Amino acid sequence: MLQGLVDYIQHWGALTVRGVNAVGDITLFATRIFRWLFVAKPAPDTILPSFYAVGVLSLPVVALTGTFIGMVLAVQSIGQFRSIGMESRLGAVINYSLVRELGPVLAATMLAGRVGSAMAAVLGTMRVTEQIDALVAMGANPIHHLVVPRFLACVLLIPALTVMADFMGIVGGYFFSVNVLRIDHSQYLRNSRDFVGGFDLFCGIFKSIFFGAIIAIVSCYRGFHCQSGAEGVGKAATAAFVLSFVLILILDLMLNILLDGVATILWPRGNRLF
Amino acid sequence: MAREESEGSKELQSDSLVELKGVTLRFGSQTILDRIDLEIPRGQTLVVIGESGCGKTMLLKVMIRLIDPTLGEVYFDGKLLRSLGDVELTALRQRMGFVFQNAALFDSMTIGQNVAFPLRLKEGLDLAQTRRMVLDRLAEVGLPDNVYEKRPNQLSGGMRKRVGLARALMLEPDLVLYDEPTTGLDPIMSDVINELMMRTRAKRSVTSVIVTHDMHTARKVADRVVMLYPLSRVRSGESQILFDGPPDQLDQSSDRRVRQFVDGQAGDRLMEMRRAREVGDLETPNLLDQMQD
Repeated sequence: MLQGLVDYIQHWGALTVRGVNAVGDITLFATRIFRWLFVAKPAPDTILPSFYAVGVLSLPVVALTGTFIGMVLAVQSIGQFRSIGMESRLGAVINYSLVRELGPVLAATMLAGRVGSAMAAVLGTMRVTEQIDALVAMGANPIHHLVVPRFLACVLLIPALTVMADFMGIVGGYFFSVNVLRIDHSQYLRNSRDFVGGFDLFCGIFKSIFFGAIIAIVSCYRGFHCQSGAEGVGKAATAAFVLSFVLILILDLMLNILLDGVATILWPRGNRLF
Repeated sequence: MAREESEGSKELQSDSLVELKGVTLRFGSQTILDRIDLEIPRGQTLVVIGESGCGKTMLLKVMIRLIDPTLGEVYFDGKLLRSLGDVELTALRQRMGFVFQNAALFDSMTIGQNVAFPLRLKEGLDLAQTRRMVLDRLAEVGLPDNVYEKRPNQLSGGMRKRVGLARALMLEPDLVLYDEPTTGLDPIMSDVINELMMRTRAKRSVTSVIVTHDMHTARKVADRVVMLYPLSRVRSGESQILFDGPPDQLDQSSDRRVRQFVDGQAGDRLMEMRRAREVGDLETPNLLDQMQD
């Protein structure tokens, strides 16, 4: 009985220590990235492929998923809105949800799945095959050479991907609501315009920058700390996506609370969260 | 050997290019290297032999500070590696070349870009100059110009090792570290790599440290052989130096463990060459005859 209790405490103690170590490690890793952002400019031949992979190659999948999310929102909401005779407000709900929440989170999820996992797998393979050691042996800093270009690509291009997800979601929602659900298009557009403002768009884009940073830091960290073998690389890629996604949702909640506070200061008569 | 320590052992006046003092390496509770003392004079070719898992590769990585030892100190050209900052260490590493076991070529780059990589830290070189230097280096290791545009996955294992050597020699280093340069190669290609290592040494007077368990390589290229041996047979690691001397003394060693290793490895190579001759891989069977002699 007593031994069982001791084992239980030991197990949770070890887990806690490991968790604290991991948080410390990832914080140090992020600090090194920020330091190298200012120490030296990344070479164009390292930064352009990262920008291409993150920005150009992610665009179609983000646009496609954004379109369908807009349409799905219309399908999901129309029943409730019809039951209270407010179907003309559908546009406001779809567009507000997309711009404030679904656009940035969807773009970030796509980026974490498509680019984050790939980053972890590539860097993990480089670690396992000693390519990172080779970089160090030749006097190149792996953070500067491998991580900073990927970090910049994620942070600078995710706002553009978010805007694309917002736009395609709005188009998809409009198309489905007006052409399939037969909602009056002028009322749909007027309500959309009245309920969605510039601050909402800003909130979505502002949050996406943090999501991009989280994806790059977590994915590169997992790749750099990959265990040996094909299994290690696979685990690193999976863990990169799972951890990025969880942190994106936690960060989303925290940033929403922060931005609500900002909105309350700017517009004191608005609806307060707390 | 003239030696003088100064500034709290951060500088060491010594004839040796590399010096390890009491180097111990631990990962968690496991000790890999146990109090290793080693001096490598300039221009010497040192071969480190030992069983798989005894910490040979770790010893190389400690020498270039890819890994910091848990205890002990490593000096390169009299400078204590642990005391150096990023900038100084980067400058010092440009005086070292590392040939990795599987070459560690960058998959995302062509062979030309791989070999030119060390030059990116040098200023004032245009593309034409860089290309010429890369082609010269590739020719030096016996590779044709047409590999320049190829990717690493288009080359054989032996060719990749030669590209790795060309890349390591790009900045004309004072020290070249070879990690298992002939492992996984057929006997003919192993001899080609051995010849390249000897030619590099003769042409450039570089100091070389070669980690291998190939006794043929050790006998052929070494000025001096060091054998690492684990203290405990139960688990790998905890290795200490069991033999340190010229290669021709290996056979005269009275230590049973040295004899076992040397005889076992020579036997393995003979078997490997017999197999190669049976399947027709070996184009120069006289090598086998030499081995049998």
